[in-house]
Amino acid sequence: MGNLTKEQVNELAEHLENAELQAYEVTKITDDYPDMTYEDAFDIQWEIRRRKEARGTKIVGMKMGLTSWAKMKQMGVENPCYGFLADYFSVPDGGEIRIDELIHPKIEAELAFVTKKALKGPGVHIADVLAATDFVMPAIEVIDSRYKDFKFDLKSVIADNSSSTRFVTGGQMKQASQLDLKNLGVVMEINGTVVEVGAGAAVLGHPAASVAMLANMLGERGEELPAGSFVMIGAITAAVPVKKGDNFTVRYQDLGTLSGKFV
Amino acid sequence: MNDEIIKKCGEQLYKALRTRQCIKPLTETYPEITIDDAYKVSQYLNKLRLADGERVIGKKIGVTSKAVMDMLKVGQPDFGFLTDKMVFSEGGDVPITGQLIQPKAEGEVAFILKQDLLGPGVTAADVLAATDFVMAAIEVVDSRIEDWRIKIQDTIADNASCGVFVLGDRAVNPRDVDLATCGMVVEKNGAIISTGAGAAALNSPVNCVVWLANTLGKYGIALKAGEVIMSGSLVPLEPVKAGDSMRVSIGGIGSVSARFV
Repeated sequence: MGNLTKEQVNELAEHLENAELQAYEVTKITDDYPDMTYEDAFDIQWEIRRRKEARGTKIVGMKMGLTSWAKMKQMGVENPCYGFLADYFSVPDGGEIRIDELIHPKIEAELAFVTKKALKGPGVHIADVLAATDFVMPAIEVIDSRYKDFKFDLKSVIADNSSSTRFVTGGQMKQASQLDLKNLGVVMEINGTVVEVGAGAAVLGHPAASVAMLANMLGERGEELPAGSFVMIGAITAAVPVKKGDNFTVRYQDLGTLSGKFV
Repeated sequence: MNDEIIKKCGEQLYKALRTRQCIKPLTETYPEITIDDAYKVSQYLNKLRLADGERVIGKKIGVTSKAVMDMLKVGQPDFGFLTDKMVFSEGGDVPITGQLIQPKAEGEVAFILKQDLLGPGVTAADVLAATDFVMAAIEVVDSRIEDWRIKIQDTIADNASCGVFVLGDRAVNPRDVDLATCGMVVEKNGAIISTGAGAAALNSPVNCVVWLANTLGKYGIALKAGEVIMSGSLVPLEPVKAGDSMRVSIGGIGSVSARFV
């Protein structure tokens, strides 16, 4: 159940989307609306999505956020969150990301699943996800909370499209059956120095568990993940702040390398 | 430090090891102790163990990951000796009660050599060519220094804080795995507690063995064919106690598990 009126949802969506489009910080919305619910938070996110689509922006994928146990514990939440990926979020492998379009970006090493069958929760589990997966490819997400100092609670971050802003994908694709997803290692380098390492299990114990959780969360709203969906699973490594001029490279076990630069 | 003090330090550490009574940091008792002095203490300590009938079966490299360097506030790796009394088999009981003092476990890649390596001038190519196979391994480190209050000289003198180690279930040719990107997952009592990847140790476990071969070369010590080289942790150290179980898996290499008793 929501506690916000449709007008309040629309206003907050406009407020947060403007902050995203014009790259400025805002205070977290639960400060002003302490009674808002998770349903309200998702309503705001879906309204931002509707606003973009009405302007001709295409939604090209979905992402999961706060999927590591460490991050959930740190946030004091029991559930991860999801967001959508818009067409202009996509940056080619080796491409440049304009830092003045963002507020205080951080990068995370992730994996992406591309599906060949629809997944609709509730009840979606890892085996369903693997059966519905066309291929897995490496991905890097750039996150950029619109909230001051990157500080938020779960409801505020959900409304803010789970801090989504840019992503890089490419490298090598593989079938899920060719990969040991749980033990798959990633190494993140910034300006040639290793800054983070991790393995697939950092995401909910298994990368496919994140996609299953997304399908189940979407199912709660009567939505599904259609065939052909591009889904980023959430961070395998900690999020690392970046600045203008930084080059980044992530090396993936069995999936090649992705890189980019902040300009 | 003169030979007499070096012997005395070695004897104190040997006694601490055998009686499980920690000593104060050597860096507090002997503030002048250098890294070279510390390695001399370590060699003397090792000599005392060999006199008890222990046999050296390999070497370990410690303090190789940024996580461990940060945790111990030191800025370079170190090494110690592995003896036949320290090694345990995958899946079995690993006795720590009455053996170790303040154990912490970590996951590593173990190299088993088929050729000698003598520095200086050993390269990554030399290490890979000299490696028979690699295995997943758990090392249980322990400190004979009170409360792990160690500086680099303390841990070096104390055989690089080595306790016991467990070798994994598969032997893999290093040609078949990318040692820099191989992922590691550590589970303790059934819960995933950390993940890492090969690059956590000096950007690759291979670099750790290169460092060891070249560092030991300065002391005229070779890495020998058949030896086990523990290349350093890829994850943060985790305290363990009797009753805990731990499992470490490494992508492309295999896994190793231990039940601490």
